[in-house]
Amino acid sequence: MSYLKKIIYNCKQATFLIEKKQLKRLSFREEMELRIHLAGCGVCVLYNKQSRVINDMVQQLFHDSLKNELKLDDAFKADLQARIEEGLA
Amino acid sequence: MLTETNVLNPHKWVTAYADYLYMYAIVRINDEDTAKDLVQETFLAALEKVDRFEGKSTERTWLTAILKNKIIDVYRKKSSGLAIASANKAAQEQDDFFEEDNGHWKAEYAPQPIAAMDDQDPLLKKELNSILQKCLQKLPALWNAVFTMKHIDDAATENICTELHVSQANFWVIIHRAKVNLRACLQKNWN
Repeated sequence: MSYLKKIIYNCKQATFLIEKKQLKRLSFREEMELRIHLAGCGVCVLYNKQSRVINDMVQQLFHDSLKNELKLDDAFKADLQARIEEGLA
Repeated sequence: MLTETNVLNPHKWVTAYADYLYMYAIVRINDEDTAKDLVQETFLAALEKVDRFEGKSTERTWLTAILKNKIIDVYRKKSSGLAIASANKAAQEQDDFFEEDNGHWKAEYAPQPIAAMDDQDPLLKKELNSILQKCLQKLPALWNAVFTMKHIDDAATENICTELHVSQANFWVIIHRAKVNLRACLQKNWN
């Protein structure tokens, strides 16, 4: 298989580069490989889009969970306070 | 200029920080009992280190740092031994997503549109979110730890690798596999 053909068919490598690119700057060669692949692969274009949406959703999920006021129960806190006081005494 | 020196007041810790630390832990650990234990351990460990507090950070930052180290210990424990076997198994499953010889998507695993992702309907979004949560929990512990540290804490890759004992090369493989799995899990459970 020619080098170009390998890039065009290899969705495993392309999705790897898609993930890497979201967190880090790709090398020139990696960037070129990814562009060539995406130019001809609609499925990976879709993967790219969905992967980014998932990142946003994950961020949102953690953000939201900070807002839902999950609190420790008072008995646990009282017990904890007692143990700290004990440690301080 | 006089810089303000931070002081510790352990008598106020529970009132001031217990809920905050609990939330911090639960978002990263996803287990209420473990999170409770970690909050308790954090305060007790902090008590022993009170003498070493230099006042350079706020009380809250200092306590959070102690908790963070404890969370990483949990990640490490979870991802050793048996967990590695399950990660390998999941890795193998992921290899099934692509053709072995040329890396092309296997037809049955190729990404398809997931309607709720493009839709603005809040109900659909909510449902997709709850599926995402379940899918996150299904990831092998080590992948989940790497994914969480990168995506919530935005930790430097080098730090994640050092703290969880994974190589840089392995880090990228995990990031890739975790996402391919997550996406497939969403698609499977949505459609």
